Amino acid sequence: MTDKPTSGPASRVGAGESRLGRLARARPTKPGEIYGVPGQGSTLWLSAVSILLFLFVWWLVTAMGWVKPLFVPSPMTIVTKLISVWNVGFTGTPFLVHVEISTVRVFSAFLLACVVGIPLGLAMGMSPLMRGLFDPPIEFYRPIPPLAYLPLMIIWFGIGETSKILLIFLSVFAPVVLGARSGVKSASIEQIHAAYSFGATRWQVLRHVIMPSALPEILTAMRIGIGFGWTTLVAAEMVAATQGIGYMVLSASQFLQTPVVIMGIFVIAIIAFAFDLLMRFIERRLVPWKGRM
Amino acid sequence: MRLKLDNLSVVYPASDGRPPVAALSEINLVIEDAEFVVALGASGCGKSTLLNLIAGFLSPTSGQLTLDGRPVSGPGADRAVVFQKHALLPWLNVLDNVAFGLQIQGVAKAERYATANRLVGLLGLDGFQKSPVYKLSGGMQQRVGIARALTCDPKLLLMDEPLGALDALTREKAQELILNIWHETHKSVFFITHSVEEALFMGTKLIVMSPRPGRITHSFDLPFSRQFLGGMPARAVKASPEFIKLREDVLKIIFADEEAAA
Repeated sequence: MTDKPTSGPASRVGAGESRLGRLARARPTKPGEIYGVPGQGSTLWLSAVSILLFLFVWWLVTAMGWVKPLFVPSPMTIVTKLISVWNVGFTGTPFLVHVEISTVRVFSAFLLACVVGIPLGLAMGMSPLMRGLFDPPIEFYRPIPPLAYLPLMIIWFGIGETSKILLIFLSVFAPVVLGARSGVKSASIEQIHAAYSFGATRWQVLRHVIMPSALPEILTAMRIGIGFGWTTLVAAEMVAATQGIGYMVLSASQFLQTPVVIMGIFVIAIIAFAFDLLMRFIERRLVPWKGRM
Repeated sequence: MRLKLDNLSVVYPASDGRPPVAALSEINLVIEDAEFVVALGASGCGKSTLLNLIAGFLSPTSGQLTLDGRPVSGPGADRAVVFQKHALLPWLNVLDNVAFGLQIQGVAKAERYATANRLVGLLGLDGFQKSPVYKLSGGMQQRVGIARALTCDPKLLLMDEPLGALDALTREKAQELILNIWHETHKSVFFITHSVEEALFMGTKLIVMSPRPGRITHSFDLPFSRQFLGGMPARAVKASPEFIKLREDVLKIIFADEEAAA
């Protein structure tokens, strides 16, 4: 028996256990929050701490000499390397040209995938004929790693730009088609009936109800798709490329220039992240109603 | 306007080893000009099937459905539908939602906004024309839905439990609003509800439906909405002895159906 003020169901356990018990229990929320919502709360500060911690550990292991620079160069080496590659280029090509070439490859493949994939996905959602015809080939190639069919691309389309862009295109295409296709299901049957009861044609229902309500899913699919695009970039630049960030990373690795490898990885990450921020901004502007009705 | 349902039956075909279901059986019903017909019944009695039939979303297994003598063969702008919920388009603002039907029909922008603005005013939504619909309360969203249904000047307004999702206070206000608009526009209305009080208060004619198979078992002519429109307060109408007597009678019928099913 204790005279200490206690609270809640954990009060019967001893002092040592009660601290653990307190962690396991959900606490009452602050005003403005809802009790029991999983994962509630802002993570901005923790994210900043996580990044700083990562940089610190990286700096520590290199500065203390725990890992050889060949395996993990110091953060400063990466920055110096970026400056030198920026100034003198890499294998005779200016740094920004590498960036530009890769960006053009990824984005032209991405645009092409959207232009073909979104209408095809909508058509597959709308028509059993289209779904029946196109579902098997897309589902067949979708789970195959691009590296596996890269040799085929080269045999069929040569070692020029076509096979590179096509490889990236294929990796973006499947998620975009699937997103647009499942987006067709977003419109409620009441919304569709409402349009028909005003005398709408099937085309008008597609244009005025189904396409706008599919937009959130299409935008999400585009974000996922471009991610796949960047993933495939390095594979696409493995063969017979002389320019591009993927090429830069690969050829640097062959000469054990680890700083260039890491620097290239960061460049890809930064471009991809910047584009994702842009897409999130577009999403907020275009579909502020997402999930609210 | 005269909508006539002649010996209508709807049978849903057998599926997954279950026998076919007679959703509606030998329905005979006439909706005359400016009539307010309310359908009431236990769940599964085929109220919504009946509304879908009249709207043209469903075709009958047998029997005939005619509007002004012409058979109904699909949805059309002469019959507008107000849904229970989730039927507005969240990417359009209030005015564009109300004008949606006219846009579908290819009416020029200035003209459809003029009509929509008039109805926005009629439904008491003035000042909210530019508001996004997803930020409105449930009651206001439902008024947008009603305004949208009225823009194309339909002959018949089909309402599928339009007030079902509203809280009790908002619901009573919305009932009065719908009655006033019905009185002003002289539309015919087919109205589905679960609430006996709402059914008695709003209709000029009440049909009570029973499940298995869905059919019309009782039909009443109602005086109460006219009393309200004649100036009697809504609460007074609902508290009158005739109203309470009929309410208990109808409740008895519906509870009997529910018990028979259980």
